[in-house]
Amino acid sequence: MAFYSGKVMDHFANPRNVGQIENADGIGEVGNPVCGDMMTFYIKVKDNKIDDVKFKTFGCGAAIAVSSMVSEMAKGKTIEEVMNMTNEDVAKELGGLPPNKMHCSNLGADALHKAIENYKSKQGK
Amino acid sequence: MKQVYLDNQSNTKLDKKVFDAMIPFFTDYYGNPQSIYSLGAASKDVLDLARIQVANFINADAKEIIFTSCATESNNLIIKGIAESLKNKGKHIIVSVIEHFSILNPLKRLQKEGFEITYLSVDSKGNVNADELKNSLRKDTILVSIQHSNTEVGTIQDIKKLVDIVKSVKVNDFIVFHTDAVSSCGCLPIDVKDLNVDALTFSSSVMYGPKGAAALYVKRGVRLVPQIEGGVQENSQRSGTENIPAIVGFGKACEIAKSEQSVNTQKIKELRDKLINELPKKIEYIYLNGALENRSPCNVNFSIEFVEGEALFLLLDAKGIMAASGSACANKNLKLSHVLTAMNVDVAIGQGSIVFTLSKYNTQEDIDYVLEEFPKIVSKLREMSPLYSYFLQTGKRKEAGPGTDFEHAHDHCHISED
Repeated sequence: MAFYSGKVMDHFANPRNVGQIENADGIGEVGNPVCGDMMTFYIKVKDNKIDDVKFKTFGCGAAIAVSSMVSEMAKGKTIEEVMNMTNEDVAKELGGLPPNKMHCSNLGADALHKAIENYKSKQGK
Repeated sequence: MKQVYLDNQSNTKLDKKVFDAMIPFFTDYYGNPQSIYSLGAASKDVLDLARIQVANFINADAKEIIFTSCATESNNLIIKGIAESLKNKGKHIIVSVIEHFSILNPLKRLQKEGFEITYLSVDSKGNVNADELKNSLRKDTILVSIQHSNTEVGTIQDIKKLVDIVKSVKVNDFIVFHTDAVSSCGCLPIDVKDLNVDALTFSSSVMYGPKGAAALYVKRGVRLVPQIEGGVQENSQRSGTENIPAIVGFGKACEIAKSEQSVNTQKIKELRDKLINELPKKIEYIYLNGALENRSPCNVNFSIEFVEGEALFLLLDAKGIMAASGSACANKNLKLSHVLTAMNVDVAIGQGSIVFTLSKYNTQEDIDYVLEEFPKIVSKLREMSPLYSYFLQTGKRKEAGPGTDFEHAHDHCHISED
């Protein structure tokens, strides 16, 4: 059996929503201190919903696939829905990850949540 | 799809001539070489022949060859066998920090049992320092084990000089010098008399032979305690029914290597140099890991900045190119390879390591294909790398890689562009 599921390989080889958003409403950057992977998420929010999302990721196949999947899952969802999205949800959507790659799924939702917090803090000002 | 296999330090393709030599010993000549009837005698004859072929390849005597199942077993046997044999004379062992895990992990156990281990450092190119070895020698040093060339970065140690130091300092009369030559035996001439080593490990599976056979050369007079006990096989130094088909294949692989290796190596070296010279012309911010002059002819190891190695080799695999990486993400233990770490390679840069190891079956077309596809893969990954876009925008490098404290990360300048 292949190391990664077909879905992981698809998102890794053809990642959705790669890029940056100029004048993003929120930016979230997280890194994993163990393996050293890093992700930056950019969001545009409209009517309390994620209108657009882009990411950039430095990391392995799993980290890139997770970023791509998170971006796809977030689009069109409300801020609250996205904040409730867990790392398990992402891994599940990807059809599972190898045990030693589960930590990569943590990074995706965290980076997105951080972008939303960044958006909220800007709103509060 | 085109398939280009460039992970030959992991395993080589079996030579068809080797395979043909092995076939009769699966179904026709299946006797146990320890049995004295005719079918057993036939197996005994080819076992003896293979021992001569294997010994000839490294200029040893057939009696000095112990057949094992793999290089890991050979390395375990020399480490544990010498430790047990000489423990009453001394408990100090010296190795380099970049040895294979089949050397390093048995030592971890010995350390718990009271042995003292000195780990020799390496420089940024992977070279062991001769003075450090000299200064580490003690009256109770029983074993020095330093690899001939490194699997991952290809650096070849000057074993002859290191042996000279150990033998000329003469701290005692029992010290054993072992070299793990697994990475060298597929592509470099190895002569145990010229090197003057007491023991040497090499393996069939990376020299176009089958898996399941390897050897430990042990110079006459050196005594070790067997680690697998049972019958009388291998002069009771390694019991267990001999894997005759694999040993026959190993013998044949050594015979072929002896006759054609120098020609093959010249060709492989040219292909290696093409990759080493051409990739930096097509990819910016790329750094060669390992030595240049004293480098294995089959090894290419580059760090590609701003991208990660597992992502690189997965996209290469999607193009039919098979390679390896020393990145943390490519390692099951999530640590940057111990070799790159010992060479003090920056963690962010080491994450982008990619290793191509060549064989006699690789062609100019293979290399041209890599030169065409690999830069595109690097571009693709850099386009999605936050480290690269930050660098393009600011000219600065963000910290990343294993062990980075991202909460307090700041820019750093870690590249010396030599």
